[in-house]
Amino acid sequence: MTFTLDGHDIPFEPGQTVVQAALAAGHYIPHLCYHPEFQPHGSCKVCTCTVNGRTATSCTTPASEGLEVASETPEIQEIRRDLVQFLFTEGNHFCPSCEQSGDCMLQAVGYELGVVTGHYNPLFPNRPVDASHPDVLLDTNRCILCELCVRASAQIDGKSIFALSGRGITKHLIVNAESGRLGDTQLATTDKALDVCPVGAILRKRTGFRVPIGRRTYDARPISQVTVEPAK
Amino acid sequence: MNSLEKAEHPAGLKRIAIEPVSRVEGHGKVTILLDAENRVHQVRLHIVEFRGFERFIQGRPYWEVPVMVQRLCGICPVSHHLAASKALDQVVGARRITPTAEKLRRLMHYGQILQSHALHFYHLSSPDLLFGFDAPVAIRNVVGVLQAYPEAAKRGVMLRKFGQEVIRITAGKRVHGTGSVPGGVNKCITPEERDLLVAGLPDVLRWADEGIALVAQLHGAHREAWDRFGTVRSNLLSIVRRDGALDLYDGVIRARDADGHILVDGIEPTAYGDLIRENVRSWSYMKFPYLQSLGAEHGWYKVGPLARLQNCDFIPTPRAEAARQAFAATAGGQIVHAPLAFHWARMIELLHSAEVIAELLDDPDLLKNDLMASGPRATTGVGIIEAPRGTLIHHYEVDAQDLVTQCNLIVSTTHNNQAMNEAIREVAREYLDGREITEGLLNHIEVAIRAYDPCLSCATHALGKMPLVVELLDATGALVDRRVRDAEQLA
Ligand code: SF4
Ligand code: FES
Repeated sequence: MTFTLDGHDIPFEPGQTVVQAALAAGHYIPHLCYHPEFQPHGSCKVCTCTVNGRTATSCTTPASEGLEVASETPEIQEIRRDLVQFLFTEGNHFCPSCEQSGDCMLQAVGYELGVVTGHYNPLFPNRPVDASHPDVLLDTNRCILCELCVRASAQIDGKSIFALSGRGITKHLIVNAESGRLGDTQLATTDKALDVCPVGAILRKRTGFRVPIGRRTYDARPISQVTVEPAK
Repeated sequence: MNSLEKAEHPAGLKRIAIEPVSRVEGHGKVTILLDAENRVHQVRLHIVEFRGFERFIQGRPYWEVPVMVQRLCGICPVSHHLAASKALDQVVGARRITPTAEKLRRLMHYGQILQSHALHFYHLSSPDLLFGFDAPVAIRNVVGVLQAYPEAAKRGVMLRKFGQEVIRITAGKRVHGTGSVPGGVNKCITPEERDLLVAGLPDVLRWADEGIALVAQLHGAHREAWDRFGTVRSNLLSIVRRDGALDLYDGVIRARDADGHILVDGIEPTAYGDLIRENVRSWSYMKFPYLQSLGAEHGWYKVGPLARLQNCDFIPTPRAEAARQAFAATAGGQIVHAPLAFHWARMIELLHSAEVIAELLDDPDLLKNDLMASGPRATTGVGIIEAPRGTLIHHYEVDAQDLVTQCNLIVSTTHNNQAMNEAIREVAREYLDGREITEGLLNHIEVAIRAYDPCLSCATHALGKMPLVVELLDATGALVDRRVRDAEQLA
């Protein structure tokens, strides 16, 4: 069974989504809230493609025989650039002083798409830093609301420590504790929720900048290559 | 010593304001207040740099700070990177960092000194010194130097390139690298990287020698003018190695008076707060530091190459030490206070940096992988380093949750604040002619400011000329005369 992606034949197995099949076949489709270990979420929209002529999030679209998927068209890339620029300007992302720089998916997808500036007026939202946990720092300035930590904590750690609250522009990440502080939760350093944040919002304390420039995830190769050939 | 602010009641005085056309953060402005007889009464150098930066650091995790503070300065980010790291070493309990970490940081630092001194002298100041302060702006720039003195211009470019390579290799990037972290460094260097730098050393050492020869020759040719221009006597302050040697990376605080007598010595960096006080004046965002024991009136001091070279007992590398002795000999053992002598001192430090880099590259510790140290946590950290422009102090308080709760930064431009004001006043007294704002006055003020190498974007404009507006206002604020110099005219 195959579908086409930008003219390439992509084989797939029943139950796979377009993104899953494309990545397995070595074709990168930009994405942020998709993570191979979790149910697709479809919230960031960065994986948007044209599927049989209609735009759709490819991480939630089941692969099916004969689908025609267009990913790297100028129009679609423009939509993705806009979405990434919205994410940059909705939060407080200062890449030069962020410890996740070089390991950050948002930054890497930005580079991949040729995003050089935020373009839109930054909102400079007032977002809190929660340092109450002895080993984990939560800096919501950089949260892109992908809910990966929410999913990981609920589905794998069985703790449901994170959740999103509010709607639209007021939507934000909250911590499940009466105090609202991470230090008052059962979050442990072995939790999966600590390792899924695509940006620099959930961080292990006191480890920032320990990996030198040149050896970070996306220093040598762009995210499109790292994602489809991680071990290289 | 004269009080800077002689005008108790500025009303009734004319005001000449020199300010950059574009009011971008980082630009300075000079106001000269005249009395009824058109004599210079008061000078105010306004600097807005660094205002409020502390606010960005408060509430941030401490390990982010050494990278974040690099944004304080576009020309010496490495100095902030290292001063913050040194302060935070104490917070993470690394009372001694590993030999590899210390040597890698030193290499980074001396690379920065070398490139910054080369930039300052060859790109920014040499046009003034080679062509004369009154030469037309059209030739008195780095392009003019390239045409008339191609060897010197090339030397500047190549020295800078070498320094930037040292920074790239040690910090990971030429600007805003991450090499130094609280407690150590995140990498050592590879044999290939070392060999790359070693290969460049013979040229660098030769160019450094030639730089000193050039300054000495310029001084010899204009001796009287050089020694007098903008000269104000003051105390000197810097860190020195515990044995009194010049050390730009680490040491204890020493201060001398204007005649060279030691005022204080061996002060640990953590005690800087008892030694130095800072005065606030209503017209300036930048504070005025002074030695507490001498008071605000007499306690102000110079920092930077000229202070360091005369504060230390000796330079621990042979060629720079010989150059220091030759420099001291021309002054007959007297302390030199002339702003233009900064350039000479700068070139001697450039040679010293090249010699230190050569020594470090020969050290096998640089290739070892023992990078980090730690120990019992502390809440306070003070890091002092000699940045290209002078003493740089970083002081942080960090809470139990790892966030910075307080920080105090005293940058070299702040230390030199009063000295620069005094130098400009000297120059204005000499070159201000009645009610007319001459191009000559502008140029001379600019040269005096630049000798101190303040961290102003306007002072480091690519072509070496500050875009200026000069306005002569009467006591009621009405415009009497105006002179504009745009950056575009220079291109
Ligand atoms: S904290 Fe990270 S993982 Fe959680 S929602 Fe925000 S960006 Fe996603
Ligand atoms: S990756 Fe598909 S919507 Fe986020």
